Amino acid sequence: MSQSNRILGGQVDRAQALSFAWNGTTLTGYQGDTLASALLANGQRLVGRSFKYHRPRGIFTAGSEEPNALVQLRSGAAQEPNTRATTVELFNGLEATSQNHRGSLKHDLMAVMDLMSPFLAAGFYYKTFMWPKAFWEKLYEPMIRGSAGLGRLSMQDDPDIYDHGYLHCDVLVIGAGPAGLTAALAAGRVGLRVILADEDFTAGGRLNSETYDVDGQAGADWAAALTGELEAMDNVRVMKRTTVFGVYDHGIYGVLERKTDHLASSDGKPRQVHWRLYSKRTVLCAGATERSIAFGNNDRPGIMMAGAVRSYANRFGVTAGQKVAVFTNNDDGLRTAQDLAAKGIEVLGIIDARAGDFVVDTKGRHGLRKVILNNNTQIEADCLAVSGGWSPNVHLTSHHRSRPIWRDDLAAFVPPQDLPFGMVVAGAANGAMTLSAAIKDAHAAATAIATDLGAGGATGAVPQASDEDFDIKPFWHVAQSKKRAWVDLQNDVTTKDVKQSYQEGFRSVEHLKRYTTLGMATDQGKTSNILGLALMTEATGKTIEDTGTTIFRPPYNPVAIGALAGRARGKDFRPYRLTPSHEWAQDNGADFVESGAWLRAQWFKRPGEKGWRDSVDREVTMTRKSVGICDVTTLGKIDIQGRDAAEFLNPFMPTLS
Amino acid sequence: MRYSALKLLKEGLTGNKGWKPVWREPELKKEYDVIIIGGGGHGLATAYYLSNKFGISNIAVLEKGWIGGGNVGRNTTIIRSNYFLEGNQPFYEFSMKLWEGLEEEFNYNAMVSQRGALYLIHSDAQRDSYARRGNAMRLSGADAELLDKRAVRDMCPFLDFDNARFPIQGALWQPRAGTVRHDAVAWGYARGADAKGVDIIQNCEVTGFDIGGGVCRGVQTSRGAVWAKKVAVCVAGSSSRVMETAGIRLPIESHVLQAYVTEGLKPVIPGVIAFGAGHFYISQSDKGGLVFGGDIDGYNTYAQRGNLPVVEDACEGGMALMPIIGRSRLLRTWGGLMDMSMDGSPFIDKTHIDGLYFNGGWCYGGFKATPASGFCYAHLLATDRPHDTATAYRLDRFRTGAVIDEKGQGNQPNLH
Amino acid sequence: MIINHPRLGPRDSSEFVYKGDANLIDRPDGLTASPDEMHDYAYLRDNPAGLIRELWYHEQGDRSWLVVTRNTLTHEIEAVKMARDVARARGRAK
Repeated sequence: MSQSNRILGGQVDRAQALSFAWNGTTLTGYQGDTLASALLANGQRLVGRSFKYHRPRGIFTAGSEEPNALVQLRSGAAQEPNTRATTVELFNGLEATSQNHRGSLKHDLMAVMDLMSPFLAAGFYYKTFMWPKAFWEKLYEPMIRGSAGLGRLSMQDDPDIYDHGYLHCDVLVIGAGPAGLTAALAAGRVGLRVILADEDFTAGGRLNSETYDVDGQAGADWAAALTGELEAMDNVRVMKRTTVFGVYDHGIYGVLERKTDHLASSDGKPRQVHWRLYSKRTVLCAGATERSIAFGNNDRPGIMMAGAVRSYANRFGVTAGQKVAVFTNNDDGLRTAQDLAAKGIEVLGIIDARAGDFVVDTKGRHGLRKVILNNNTQIEADCLAVSGGWSPNVHLTSHHRSRPIWRDDLAAFVPPQDLPFGMVVAGAANGAMTLSAAIKDAHAAATAIATDLGAGGATGAVPQASDEDFDIKPFWHVAQSKKRAWVDLQNDVTTKDVKQSYQEGFRSVEHLKRYTTLGMATDQGKTSNILGLALMTEATGKTIEDTGTTIFRPPYNPVAIGALAGRARGKDFRPYRLTPSHEWAQDNGADFVESGAWLRAQWFKRPGEKGWRDSVDREVTMTRKSVGICDVTTLGKIDIQGRDAAEFLNPFMPTLS
Repeated sequence: MRYSALKLLKEGLTGNKGWKPVWREPELKKEYDVIIIGGGGHGLATAYYLSNKFGISNIAVLEKGWIGGGNVGRNTTIIRSNYFLEGNQPFYEFSMKLWEGLEEEFNYNAMVSQRGALYLIHSDAQRDSYARRGNAMRLSGADAELLDKRAVRDMCPFLDFDNARFPIQGALWQPRAGTVRHDAVAWGYARGADAKGVDIIQNCEVTGFDIGGGVCRGVQTSRGAVWAKKVAVCVAGSSSRVMETAGIRLPIESHVLQAYVTEGLKPVIPGVIAFGAGHFYISQSDKGGLVFGGDIDGYNTYAQRGNLPVVEDACEGGMALMPIIGRSRLLRTWGGLMDMSMDGSPFIDKTHIDGLYFNGGWCYGGFKATPASGFCYAHLLATDRPHDTATAYRLDRFRTGAVIDEKGQGNQPNLH
Repeated sequence: MIINHPRLGPRDSSEFVYKGDANLIDRPDGLTASPDEMHDYAYLRDNPAGLIRELWYHEQGDRSWLVVTRNTLTHEIEAVKMARDVARARGRAK
């Protein structure tokens, strides 16, 4: 049974079949697949277990916001815990295993935790484990620590090399979707130095997952053509597989470029490069991330984001299920039904919250079997595509502790007025949620920057597209659901936990987060924070606007510590400063001492001397009786005087004087 | 309401509907015996001990944001009593003993976890220095052992012993040191103070003091004026801002310290490990994330965020010490607001204004001091005399020459 | 952060060593000042939440001292001057 969920189309290369191992079983995928799309193609819905209750978890999204499909990638010293299957590029010979279960993934012995859930509600551990006192350190804590965490380190030294680098540009464009490509091209055309960065391995953003046209071409083709044009420009650098993870002061950005993660081996080359990027201006075109809706048993494998279902169908040629239902509160969810139907996939129903239809419960422990509606209709579906709306990716705008602004018409937060140095926002990240609006917004932003920086010339025509339908009714959870409804899938935070947190007096959004751990998992609540916030406002009676968000902090996506350290490890952690006499001293048997980064000869041991005192006493006596010589280069300075002193030093100094 | 496993069981069987608020949301009164400005770890601990140990509960804790939102919720959770100077070490050991009895004391599981702290030694000179410190620790009644390289290797075989630029030669080991669940400390103290009738008032900013004739009689706040016999300031990095409105300049600069956590991992690091050849220290939380920290950024700031060079520096230290963490991923970075004092040591003192008291200058070491700071400040407020372990924490010590300079760096706050 | 050095142009702040409040330029005369004056100069600080004028030493560059006017809440730098010029203007140096 190979790739039973594969359908026609998509950007995968069917001529290049790839073999990979998932929990020991060999499966097949194609070049251009992610691990997630390949798993789905092979009908693998169960990919992990949740943190607290060990409930079965399936692939939820198609991007870096993934909360569930965290796998252990590679083996041996190169083993990488907590890797999102949705961002792993499939390569031949890839090995991946599931995390956080005792025994097999399907029969996790820890699944019993789910039965204990009434006693394991938010903050339960603050109320117990205190008696008898000795048991905390001997029993309770070891138990807690043993079940904590998801993935496992290999406990071997990281075998890869990582580099650091510095980049400078006039305009940094973050995100190479329709908005980013438009902005980069406009800025590039007037001769500005542009860097365009996107975390994906293919530029184009949502155009790769949708069926929109731009300039009369299929969106993905338009994106590919534009990318080619940009790559050919001398003043433009296109960086794929590159995440701008942090905004620092004065136009400085932390950037991570993945060099070899998509290859079977790094072959001695740097695995990743951490760039410090200095930019005069920045256009943030980070797009938007879809969020979920909370309803009874909304956490089963097979329940996914509607936009992700389109990604798998349109970009990867994979259907997430054979019998799909859609649950939505906005127009975007309907597109999933259209796109799947166009591919010949059976769409059993569209449950539109705007029409008063909701999902109250689901069935199917290891994978969705049935969806139950409020009018008691039951749908035998193996995939439920959920759309709660899209949230502009405002994170980077708020790394300097501004707070985003709530827009009722979008039912989402948009960037604050107070932006980091040199930054403007364009496209969906700026609340321009439809295609043509996003493109126009980006073109205008780039044109304004060009004027601002005094760059001459024309930024060119605005790419032509249409605006898709956009209508949304805020709908966060199904109040009628009797069963537990999940808000944070990874940390197992339910709507009941949010209510209880309020009941216990934790009423600021920061208290809610810390008490329930909502939004503290590896996905940092990208698909769920807003639900928790909305639920809390129902309890407090305040508006979402007045309640605000928790603080956004770097990194936008997690960054390997090895990359941030770069080459400064092992013997290269700090330089060795050697005096001119070092080699001679070494040849003459000196024992050295660290003096800052210097190595200084401490004493010279002669045969027969038992300890350092013998050596030191002999040297002191010798110096007193005749002569001693000491290399104090470490304390010296070089003084250059004269009329041409500065000229003489210029070739040696990094700065001009 | 008493917390226990039995209570959890009972509530779990009945739909968890009986849980009561951990603290009330009372109205701000017009007058109190004591006002504590600052609802962080130290302020809440002070309120707790005043009401639970010193019989004073007509207290308001005024917090401009939400309680525990400052440094107590942002630190790397380490507790230890391994200071050197006589003015410091007995105080921190007193704090250690309070930590050990804390959960029993306030019936809240703060997860006080004494899995030990290793302070690594990389040179002979460092060993000498740590040996002195270990002796100072033992003189104060604390525990300390000097370990050789083999002992450290047995304890933590995953550290880099073979390829290091500054090879590990041993360590100063404090078995009773460890980590604590920081948020729980604030919440536990708040609960215990509230239970005795202390009013915890959030979203209430103190905008000025009522001072006349050298006497402080109360404060002005965003919610109106409040009278009090004693006003106790306890606001860490905001100390200068608050005391300025009382006309007092402080020997303090406000700096940022960044802290870091990785994605959750199965157990890797048993206790606290501090690198001795670079500014880096690490432990693993009970949720699995590696929590680590490095140096302060070094410039005055109130922004509670820092810049890249220090982030890189901390990760370099981490990789130099334990290259096994290279593939773990940094999940989140954040920053706090440190009140860096001129000698690196704190103040728990009266001011020259009657009825106005000051607690601050904790630099980046305030979390471990939380219980003792609260207790000693309460002692001062209740008796107008310093606690035995806090007699050296005077505001005027720079004038008298009685500085407590652990690092010997002089009046350069960003070097402490 | 980026410091716009008056002579060298924009430099990364990690090339510098931070000294502290630029009021340190106004050191009292050790022979005539009272203990209080010396104490206040050496140990007390304004520590403003807002604009501060502070001393940075370009250790890894041209080893000049700068007075930077920066906002401690936003890190925005408003002005950068050679410390020598500031000191001269205040009559602290020749």
